[in-house]
Amino acid sequence: MGGYVVRRLLLTIPIMLGVALVCFMLVHLSPGDPLVSVLPPDASQALREQMISLYGFDQPYVVQFFKWLFNALQGNLGTSIATGRPVIDEVLVAAVNSLRLAVLATLLGFCFGSLFGFVAGYFQNSWIDKLASMLSIFGVSVPHYWLGMVLVIIFASQLYWLPATGGGPTGSDGWQWDWDHLQYMILPAITLSVIPTGIISRTVRAVVAETLAQEFIVGLRARGLGEAAVFRHVVKNAAPTALAVMGLQLGYLMGGSILVETVFSWPGTGLLLNTAIFQRDMPLLQGSIWVLALFFVSLNLCVDIFQALLDPRIERS
Amino acid sequence: MDFGSLAPATRLRRAALALAISSALALPGLAAAQTTLRIGMTAGDIPLTHGQPDQGYEGNRFSGIPIYDSLVQWDLSQGDAPSGLVPGLATEWQVDAEDHTKWRFTLREGVEFHDGTPVNADAIVWNVDKVLNSEAPQYAPGQIGNTLSRMPTLRSAHKIDDYTVELVTSEPDAFLPFNLTNLFIASPSAWQGFYDATPSSADAATRSQQAWTEFAAHAVGSGPFKLERLVPRQQLTLAKNPDYWNPDRVPKVDRVVLLPLPEANARTAALLSGQVDWIEAPAPDAIPQIESRGFKIYSNTQPHLWPWQFSFVEGSPWNDKRVRQAANLCLNRADLKEYLGGYMVEATGIFEPGSPWRGEPEFQISYDPDRAREMMEEAGFGPDNPVKVKIQTSASGSGQMQPLPMNEFIQESLRACYIDTELDVTEWNTLFTNWRLGARDPAAQGANGINVSAATMDPYFAMIRFATEAAFPPASTNWGYFSTPEVEELAREARNAFEPAALDEAAAKLHAAIVDETPFLFVAHDVGPRAISPKVHGVVQPQSWFIDLATMSMED
Repeated sequence: MGGYVVRRLLLTIPIMLGVALVCFMLVHLSPGDPLVSVLPPDASQALREQMISLYGFDQPYVVQFFKWLFNALQGNLGTSIATGRPVIDEVLVAAVNSLRLAVLATLLGFCFGSLFGFVAGYFQNSWIDKLASMLSIFGVSVPHYWLGMVLVIIFASQLYWLPATGGGPTGSDGWQWDWDHLQYMILPAITLSVIPTGIISRTVRAVVAETLAQEFIVGLRARGLGEAAVFRHVVKNAAPTALAVMGLQLGYLMGGSILVETVFSWPGTGLLLNTAIFQRDMPLLQGSIWVLALFFVSLNLCVDIFQALLDPRIERS
Repeated sequence: MDFGSLAPATRLRRAALALAISSALALPGLAAAQTTLRIGMTAGDIPLTHGQPDQGYEGNRFSGIPIYDSLVQWDLSQGDAPSGLVPGLATEWQVDAEDHTKWRFTLREGVEFHDGTPVNADAIVWNVDKVLNSEAPQYAPGQIGNTLSRMPTLRSAHKIDDYTVELVTSEPDAFLPFNLTNLFIASPSAWQGFYDATPSSADAATRSQQAWTEFAAHAVGSGPFKLERLVPRQQLTLAKNPDYWNPDRVPKVDRVVLLPLPEANARTAALLSGQVDWIEAPAPDAIPQIESRGFKIYSNTQPHLWPWQFSFVEGSPWNDKRVRQAANLCLNRADLKEYLGGYMVEATGIFEPGSPWRGEPEFQISYDPDRAREMMEEAGFGPDNPVKVKIQTSASGSGQMQPLPMNEFIQESLRACYIDTELDVTEWNTLFTNWRLGARDPAAQGANGINVSAATMDPYFAMIRFATEAAFPPASTNWGYFSTPEVEELAREARNAFEPAALDEAAAKLHAAIVDETPFLFVAHDVGPRAISPKVHGVVQPQSWFIDLATMSMED
């Protein structure tokens, strides 16, 4: 097992370097002026050239890449051109905010998705099934940003129940799990949860239907078990699949949703990336993408190791 | 009840209870008396707070002018006439009679930064050095872009005595006082404290950068508001500076909270839900709804021009003055204004009547399509032989208003005068990169006009950078290489007019000459609409990019 973990860890090194190279290339090959955030439109081309030299953007790409990589490997992702703040600080704050939102959205998605899925699967082809299926299809199909805007219009602009935008009464700084702060999360979390709800619901419905068709269910009923007890057995059989899908969705949502975070001005990784793109803030863009990519690489590494622990055949293969 | 008949301990308890109750009753009153003005900005991020804001003039408006003072300030106290200059940290200034590249500024005595240190000549020199002296420890490459572009001729500063400084320019430049409204004066001692706290093992440039980052989080200026709290990318809270030196500008609100809300619908929702009291630039189609909910829309002419800037390079059809003037006579600006819901001012020049810099152009711009067609026919064009022009523009961008519908409207208008327009739409940042490179650069892709809106705060930014040889790319933004001997001479005279009245006169003559030469299709001036809660009183929307937050008050 130890050898497998070491081999798997060693494999992540070229992946990290490859991801770094791809990030660098993507950011530098895309059009735009990296100094747009610190040079107003009034600025002359002559001043722009002076600034390009000061920021080192006149150096060959290879030199720029290795300088960046050398610093990044020591935990220094550079500083944002626009704000002068360290990129790592910006990314970590945003990642925590996105994680908070992703966890709540995933929990909502898991609860409602499982509920709809179990009910629809258990009462197949009934009106409940059709209703639940319709809701799950709506969840998968509805555009996020549109739903977000509609929720804001209803619950913030018209009913005044919830705030329309922001990450907390004083921003996400000093976050607490109380109503003052949680109310800011409700609309974005609901908006973000509709896709996981739909996906989990569809998956669970299929698993429940498949489980119900198995012979042991007939056996359970033949032994005189009540429907509630049978349902418990179905849930136990379907739960691992639901959990696996939930895990995947958490990873997906962790990347932040640019659209949802922008509509609600939620200070997560999506909004950070959006701002960095519009400001052409290359160090911030590069650092954020790399950190997020590393998060996924680490997540995959953990999953692989856990799978190997649970199923030794994976390690041998 | 007779308190005297009670045991001492009981009396004490009752007194404590009475105090607690009265405090509890009094506190909500106190809390209610604290007024907070919450503003939704269009910026995607909090404008930089270290004294040289980014995010265009919205940065100066919300994190420059409130926190800091400049030597010379804009008069934002009225909205009936264009904003002029008023003394700021400097009480008076004059150019050296012998050498017009040297200016002497007398500083206001007794002004203190928020940290209690004096604003004196040393502080002014230190702040000039932060952007001009690369040897100075406080030199900040991150600040020079936003500063030097707006102070193109300033070269250095020297202390004469504690309250007198000499500023030196690269050439005689009567516009320097206007430029200095962009140099915000930060506290050197506060910065030094952050610098000293950085690890001494790091090199000086790194320490300086770290000190500026810390300074930005705890900015210290001398303005009417103090930075209370900065949550990066989310909120900037400013608190009233009750000791501000100008009694007319001691803030009436206790706090101002600034939120970056770049998405227009999010701003509108935040306003309608009561989360903010004020939003910048509401979406035009949301204005009726906003007004129906009791909010007020404020707007006024801004020193802004939305033009087509013509190319004068070889082969450009705009080299023929008749074509340039015909285009200006062919555009129905009144219909365009109606199309924009009334939120524009029809442009008949860079400055409109009422401005001291308007002058008396001979060429009067109005809607006269018959005359326009005559001129086009004189120039050799007609319905079967239209002139073909290509204009670069963007789909969006700061100050661009609604570029696509506006350009399509113009395209349709000009077609009636035998001008066949091809629109080359590019991304906003790419467009203004192209703007700096000029019409001869391959980036122009054969365009013979460019649509980049511009701030026209002073004669340099309004005229000289578009109309002189010295401003040809890459030096500045005379994209189309426009220059005539008369305009050059008038520009030189304006730059050397050091008395305010003489400056106004020279600028007016220069403007009249530019309108007569017509290097632009003059289209519109923005009016900077903003929606504000009726609870906010004393709002004065000046004819400026800026607004004074200090003079406003709020109902509880």
